[in-house]
Amino acid sequence: MIDILTDSQALTNFLNSALRLSIPLAFAALGGIFSERSGVFNIGLEGLILAGAFGAALGTYLTGSPLAGLAFGLACGVLLATPLAVLSVTLGVNQIVAGIAINLFALGITAFLARITMGASANTQLLAGFHRVPLPVLSDIPVIGAIFFNQDVLVYALYLLVPALTWLMFRTTWGLNIRAVGHNPRACDTAGISVAGVRYACLLFSGGMAALGGCYLVLSQVFVFSEHMSAGKGFIALAAIILGRWHPVGAALACLLFGLFDALQLRLQFGNPEIPYQIFATLPYVASILALVLLAGQNVAPQAVGHHYDRRDY
Amino acid sequence: MSDSHLVLENLCKSFGPVRANSNVTIHVARGTVHAILGENGAGKTTLMNMLYGLLQPDSGRIILNGREVRIDSPRRALELGIGMVHQHFMLVGPLTVTENIILGMSGQALTLNQGAHRARLRELSEAFGFEVEPGMEASRLPIGMQQRVEILKCLYRDADLIILDEPTSVLTPQETRTFFDVLRRLKAANKTILFITHKLEEVMNLSDRVTVMRAGTVTNELETATTNPGELARLMVGREVIFNIGSREGRRGGRLLSLQDVTATGERGNRALDGLSLDVHEGEIVGVAGVDGNGQAELAEVIAGLRPYTSGSVCLDGEELAPYSISERVGRLRIGYVPEDRQRTGLVLDQGVAANMMLRAHDRPPFTRFGRLLDFGAIRRNARALVERYQIRASSIEQPVRHLSGGNQQKIILAREIEAGPRLLVVAQPCKGLDVGAIEFVQNTLLEQRNRGMGVLYISTELEHILAICDRLVVMFRGRITGSLLPQEASSERIGRLMAGMTEEAA
Repeated sequence: MIDILTDSQALTNFLNSALRLSIPLAFAALGGIFSERSGVFNIGLEGLILAGAFGAALGTYLTGSPLAGLAFGLACGVLLATPLAVLSVTLGVNQIVAGIAINLFALGITAFLARITMGASANTQLLAGFHRVPLPVLSDIPVIGAIFFNQDVLVYALYLLVPALTWLMFRTTWGLNIRAVGHNPRACDTAGISVAGVRYACLLFSGGMAALGGCYLVLSQVFVFSEHMSAGKGFIALAAIILGRWHPVGAALACLLFGLFDALQLRLQFGNPEIPYQIFATLPYVASILALVLLAGQNVAPQAVGHHYDRRDY
Repeated sequence: MSDSHLVLENLCKSFGPVRANSNVTIHVARGTVHAILGENGAGKTTLMNMLYGLLQPDSGRIILNGREVRIDSPRRALELGIGMVHQHFMLVGPLTVTENIILGMSGQALTLNQGAHRARLRELSEAFGFEVEPGMEASRLPIGMQQRVEILKCLYRDADLIILDEPTSVLTPQETRTFFDVLRRLKAANKTILFITHKLEEVMNLSDRVTVMRAGTVTNELETATTNPGELARLMVGREVIFNIGSREGRRGGRLLSLQDVTATGERGNRALDGLSLDVHEGEIVGVAGVDGNGQAELAEVIAGLRPYTSGSVCLDGEELAPYSISERVGRLRIGYVPEDRQRTGLVLDQGVAANMMLRAHDRPPFTRFGRLLDFGAIRRNARALVERYQIRASSIEQPVRHLSGGNQQKIILAREIEAGPRLLVVAQPCKGLDVGAIEFVQNTLLEQRNRGMGVLYISTELEHILAICDRLVVMFRGRITGSLLPQEASSERIGRLMAGMTEEAA
């Protein structure tokens, strides 16, 4: 345990694994920010990650190409976000209930389809995936290079997505519309913006983003699909959104923090085999609860989040 | 009438069985200020929402600039040059003025070019003398300024027909004066203004023409110069407005409610009531006047049981109230309460009329049977009878009260509280936001109950209303009573001094 403080190689390894553990969270959190900024809670992130993971595995299994797997995973996420959008935006079903329904549905359907399509080999046969591509020059920077710039394409894509989505949210008319719809949908309706249109777009986008998180799990980390492999990551992403105050940069940093706790608990597990590992496994969740407690009362959430908008209700 | 900017022809709109608008026809000439006058629930807002694309008419035609148009969304309305300033402003709090104004504007690039918009807005704002700073966050602006931002929003989109829905209802008197100047400038810029109101003096002061609406139909369209407030009031309400002043029957009875040296703590830990003493007799309306925030709300809450008192005594018929719960005060002691905030405290907005009418007696007969089982038959019969007796306009007794006008919401609370047969009724600001007809109804109802022996504590910040109906009035200042007087000896100077905290001797 102490070695990460003294040995620079151990520290590098530790931080590298922290970063890798935070990547799926960050994809999901970035998507969730868009959905929540437009006024829709996306409790379904968990299920959407799982859908992405399943799609990535199946696509790669069938074609042998991780790129095809990525496209397939993305499509599965958007596809599963569609009923969520219909339920919560068009039909006005309670957004929490709709999200839970999507999670449970994803849990069952992915396990079922995985067995049908990939058979028993799904859990054992390793799939093709993305490999580390050290970036020239940058990867030679001591410590930092090895942590941040010796990763695979999905991680680099995430590096680009964080500033790009920040720009989109705060510097474009689309972002303005999204932020406004999440705060006062009635005002947007009277200003000529389609509230449902903005919310659909954001929900489908969040479905795609969460699915990318799932793709990363399969194509970059474990190279197999297993049942419920999302393992609560969607819910930690929700906590990261709050901790990051609905800002892409803030949420990415919050995910990094949770990744750090996850890496820490893994190390503690291996370092202390005599202690039941379950106690360490709770660490990231305890951290997210603590983070929420510390931020309690500071309400900067989009004001209309969770509320269905219907023009006739006024 | 040669240059008609807008013609509405035989517009009809129904919500279920309620005809909100029936055959409404209005001609609006270009560059004029045209008032739509009517009571709450007369169908003014429905009409404007159809014009702005928020609602679709069932039948009828809208003719704009000589061409028939179909307005299916606010976006379409804006494209046609129609702008609307809603009664409750449509601003997004954390965004800047500029962001609020360009929100949803068509034909914009993907990137926000705030700088250029800001400069043009500043120019426009100066041209109309608005003094709006485009970089400010909308939620930090005073109400009057927010309204000018809304108007600026219309102007920036080149709207030449601007609809104003009850524009002065949220303004202070000073802001109202500024607003009137703004309107005159808009008119000078050849904009057509349609403004909705139930205030007669505004119509007389500002408009060129006025359309009077009642119960969903147009009763008259007149040149403002040829009419007078009395005529307008009659057209609006449909008969002469008579406040039942001085129709004293029955006599003042024994002492009913007695407060002695009562103190109570307010929301912010302050001493909201500070040694207050007050009596209400049977068959008497006692008015409580004072500037808002001097403990009036807390006084009502202490009597209703929503707020404990920390010292002194509050007695009904000589019996201390402190040990009684709220529900015992309603049921056993028969204290009725019409709260100040009818939407938040008085009603469950998403429940139907029938449910709201039995709210405070839901746990006892006649609304329950066999202990705690609700008797829906009795609940419905009760609601139907009260809707009839109090002339409440609702599409059905199951309609959520959220969709009713303020006057009808207040009638539901009054009906509920009065029909429970209280001995003492505490009413707080019962006429806030109500129009002439509804105020008349509320006041006459209270007078009728007084004549039957009910004691009424009538709390209001509107002196005229108090003077119109009370038998005795007291003035509150900083949690205590500064004076008690009869309406006929209450000059406005004397009350003014009491409201400012001078005691009776000094006043």
